[in-house]
Amino acid sequence: MRPQRTKITVKALNLYYGKFHALKEICMDIPEHTVTAIIGPSGCGKSSLLRTFNRMNDLIPGSRVEGGVYLDDTSVYAKTTDVALLRKRVGMVFQKPNVFPKSIYDNVAIGPRRHGINNRRQLDAIVQRSLVSVALWDEVKDMLGCPGQSLAIGRQQRLCIARALAVEPDVILMDESCSALDPESIMKIEELIAALVKSYTIIIVTHSMEQARRISDMSAFMMIEKTEGGGHVGVLMDYTQTEQMFSRPGNKTIEDYITGRFG
Amino acid sequence: MKRFAEKLSSRVFFLLALSSISALALITVFIVAQGAPLIAKVGFFRFVFGMDWAPGHGEYGIFPMIVGSVSVTLGAVLIGVPVGLCCSIFLAEFAPELMRDIFRPAIQLLAGIPSVVYGFWGLLFIVPFIRDRLGGPGLSILAGSVILAIMILPTVISISEVSLLDLPRQYKEGALALGMTHWQSIVSVLLPAAKSGITAAVILGIGRAVGETMAVIMVLGNAVALPESVLDPVRTLTTNIGIEMGYASGDHRQALFATGIVLFAIIMALNAAAQYIGRRR
Repeated sequence: MRPQRTKITVKALNLYYGKFHALKEICMDIPEHTVTAIIGPSGCGKSSLLRTFNRMNDLIPGSRVEGGVYLDDTSVYAKTTDVALLRKRVGMVFQKPNVFPKSIYDNVAIGPRRHGINNRRQLDAIVQRSLVSVALWDEVKDMLGCPGQSLAIGRQQRLCIARALAVEPDVILMDESCSALDPESIMKIEELIAALVKSYTIIIVTHSMEQARRISDMSAFMMIEKTEGGGHVGVLMDYTQTEQMFSRPGNKTIEDYITGRFG
Repeated sequence: MKRFAEKLSSRVFFLLALSSISALALITVFIVAQGAPLIAKVGFFRFVFGMDWAPGHGEYGIFPMIVGSVSVTLGAVLIGVPVGLCCSIFLAEFAPELMRDIFRPAIQLLAGIPSVVYGFWGLLFIVPFIRDRLGGPGLSILAGSVILAIMILPTVISISEVSLLDLPRQYKEGALALGMTHWQSIVSVLLPAAKSGITAAVILGIGRAVGETMAVIMVLGNAVALPESVLDPVRTLTTNIGIEMGYASGDHRQALFATGIVLFAIIMALNAAAQYIGRRR
């Protein structure tokens, strides 16, 4: 594997929700143009970690971060960070498709519009390009004015990905984005991820070991650690190439988990 | 025995439910029975679009009052809806918990103030204010609009706030994840998504404004004439009934019931519209 530029650096990251310590001392260097899968048992803080990359945790009252997250060497949590601009660069696709109650066209165009593109021809081009990237264009090109929510759920999720692509991010975060979908839609989205990774850095949270194995280059294994006070905290146990993690797991816990013996 | 009690109680509840519906039916039938003959006698067109209201001379034209009702209501909407909508956005999206807990009951309290108190307050403060600063008699469309704007606030605020709070959290997250600011997410995603609820709020507010009587009697001046500016006095459909019912008889009395039919039709139409739009998603 050729050496790659680091896209996101996580340095000694601690995340708190009020008094609850959610993430402890996370360190990782996520290479550019790779798919990273974050795996681990429920409640270990996979989504919380993902949401530090675009600061969606800010929405939760009482959330607080120590240590740092860096996108291309600029600090994500610096006081001077323009959070809206950060989220434009770090797009996100959620667990359930959250298509807005608008037309298919407007769902995709809404992001670019907010970022100042109002020229109709330019918008048309962006909408087409984004829908082509998610292999939805041929299916919806004659019904761009129809409500996005009238699409089947798998298509809705692809529309959400197109919406995220339309603002031209560098990084795409996917928070269990396949878990609400049928197998055929999952396959389509996995194909999509394989194609998109050429232009984007993709980080996904997934519960499916098979999926992590199929689509990711790198795997981050997270675990719940008991604290002295009797509470628990999420830690990163290993972050390495997927192939290595699944063929030669670093320790017994990881091996047990990925072979399905617990979790 | 037990089954008999079950059956009896369900019958009793049914009868009680029926009685509230039948009250509506009775009122409708009564108003129509009393008012319709006069509309037939004068002619629908001359009644609704007639310019002169002179019961002593057999002239029953209510057009100036329709204009009065419409203009006062429109004014109330123009003032009350922007204020109410901003307030509901603030409560749903910006206000800290504590402030919300103070604001909400305070706004509900606004709905509990008797309308005669609003009218009295308007007469003592708003009417002189308009007379001294803006001219005219003070008793005017503007005074009525201001009072009604305040009176429709609780309706507009609480229904729009609920429709904003009812939106799935995922809409807001999705909008923010696209790099929108909080304000942009409200304007371009949340408000459009809550459109039907907000429209219903506005329509119910209009219904309340059209139907209000006591407060506007005191501040509108009640002149039966087409107004030329917002500083002119007008009479609304409701105030027409409220003022004259005490001494009317014969055709005059029937004409007031006929006014009620028009009012009734307007309010029914507004409520139906609100229900229809509110149910649509």
